[in-house]
Amino acid sequence: MKSTTDIAKSIRSVCMALIAVTVLAIGSIATPAAAQTTSPDVATEAQSTDLNTGFWSQIRKGATGNVSIPDKNAGVLIQSEGDTAYRAFRNGPLKLYSTYGLLAILFLLSLYFLLRGRIKIDHGRSGITMERFNGLERFAHWLMAGSFVILALSGLNMMFGRYVLMPVIGKETFAFITLWGKYLHNYLSFAFMLGVALAFILWVVHNFPNRHDLVWLLKGGGLFTKGSHPPAKKFNAGQKLLFWSVVILTISVSLSGIALMFPFETAFMAKTFAALNAIGFDLPTSVSAIQEQQLNQIWHAIVGVLFIIIILGHIYIGSVGMEGAFDAMGSGEVDTNWAREHHSLWVEEMEQKAKSAPAAGSASQPAE
Amino acid sequence: MARMKFLCDAERCIECNACVTACKNEHEVPWGVNRRRVVTINDGKPGERSISVACMHCSDAPCMAVCPVDCFYQSAEGVVLHNKDLCIGCGYCFYACPFGAPQFPQVGNFGSRGKMDKCTFCAGGPEEANSDTEFKKYGRNRLAEGKLPLCAEMCATKALLAGDGDQVANIYRERVVGRGFGSGAWGWGKAYPGSGS
Ligand code: HEM
Ligand code: SF4
Ligand code: SF4
Repeated sequence: MKSTTDIAKSIRSVCMALIAVTVLAIGSIATPAAAQTTSPDVATEAQSTDLNTGFWSQIRKGATGNVSIPDKNAGVLIQSEGDTAYRAFRNGPLKLYSTYGLLAILFLLSLYFLLRGRIKIDHGRSGITMERFNGLERFAHWLMAGSFVILALSGLNMMFGRYVLMPVIGKETFAFITLWGKYLHNYLSFAFMLGVALAFILWVVHNFPNRHDLVWLLKGGGLFTKGSHPPAKKFNAGQKLLFWSVVILTISVSLSGIALMFPFETAFMAKTFAALNAIGFDLPTSVSAIQEQQLNQIWHAIVGVLFIIIILGHIYIGSVGMEGAFDAMGSGEVDTNWAREHHSLWVEEMEQKAKSAPAAGSASQPAE
Repeated sequence: MARMKFLCDAERCIECNACVTACKNEHEVPWGVNRRRVVTINDGKPGERSISVACMHCSDAPCMAVCPVDCFYQSAEGVVLHNKDLCIGCGYCFYACPFGAPQFPQVGNFGSRGKMDKCTFCAGGPEEANSDTEFKKYGRNRLAEGKLPLCAEMCATKALLAGDGDQVANIYRERVVGRGFGSGAWGWGKAYPGSGS
């Protein structure tokens, strides 16, 4: 049962990383609100005479009154954070660092390609193939991948389209595209969740950490050394990290996305804060309905961009980056030499199975 | 040119909701959409005050800044308007607005909020002034007819003032001087930071 504790550990560390990002994000949201000052020239709230001191400042800080309309959230007179935190963060650091992050990964991948080139099959193709992913596995992968690409493009368009696409194609066309992007984003999100759920069920058994992973990681997966091929089973340590990242990021992006889709009906942030406070954090205990939406929107964008950055790396190595890799998800059949170099232990396992299989009389796996 | 502003005198507002009703009727806004609302603080307690609030037509409007399709524009009179043909109903403007002004009619199935609707300062939208299309999408365009917003005109106590910001501020200042107290030009510090009166 050693592996289960290992999983728990790795899940916990990924969570800790996510938490660190959350805290950073919230920190930067909270700062501008505290720094906010105003210097009104007309007679303003400050000149209130007959009311308790601080009455108007309470209102500016979001004090709630009564309204006679059904929407009780409308009782908030002013929520300054909409401007000082939400707008400031979304139009500021969020877009800035997202741009940096996306440019950085493109730059690094190009640099890697220039320096390392395409990773070749060292022994050349044997011409013999073996099945790596069956139809169901490939279906799960492409359901996930296809919907992801559309989610990513429509999401990025929401964030950056106004600055890069709109000036080129004009407001009307841009709004039309963005509206359809929104519909696609909303509906395909469910296809994506389904794809990830399926992939999780199919692959989770192959993604528990084992002792070979450490060796693989120490050797950098052979990514930086020609001819180095640390042993791996069906999935190597890099692929396992990707798997668990996808699982966690999907949960996070889906929950925050659902909060945006069904506004004012969820309390994910309040629940997350409560859980984090239980393990020693000091986060706000009450989150208003509108702050819930603001935080979910910003968090969704952060996780979305992080996800895109990671997947760009994955797309690179699965296509131009490595000879023979695409076949695994393309036809499902990989060259045996490729398999021996990148997943030596898996090949051995499959050969064992193939040997015992005919004896057992089951011919379900045409291994060669 | 005049810079249009609203001002609600909290010492005068009696929470009669005439402004809300006038607005709904004048623009025939759909069910569930409240371009203007009256909020009562300390309801039923000493120090109770009511304030009528709608879009404040901010100088540096947060809604304009976050809209992914850039569908807002500000008129020469400072009125913040938007183009519903471009709006995708994402709701970001509502998250950003300090005054809770943007409204969304509930349409169709999940995830499809209707086009955003909000107070236009009775100034319509980008369609031809006082055309049928403009009325259906944005309501009446009273400014084009040389009139001021109906909510303020309907206000029985003249708590709600609407018009040229300088004149509105002067009327209010005279009042404060006359009665010796006032709770301030509510929301102005937030909507027009650093602007002169
Ligand atoms: C899987 C469940 C998901 C759901 C339910 C979801 C839902 C949403 C919703 C409701 C919005 C607001 C805009 C709109 O109405 O379309 C949005 C925006 C966005 N989504 Fe998603 N989404 C999901 C997955 C993803 C994924 C996988 C990515 C990244 C690849 C992503 C990236 C984005 C981005 C970048 C934005 C724009 C944020 C901004 O403008 O600041 N989403 N999403
Ligand atoms: S009050 Fe709200 S909707 Fe009106 S201009 Fe300001 S931010 Fe925009
Ligand atoms: S709801 Fe419409 S007006 Fe508001 S930010 Fe989204 S697209 Fe712009």
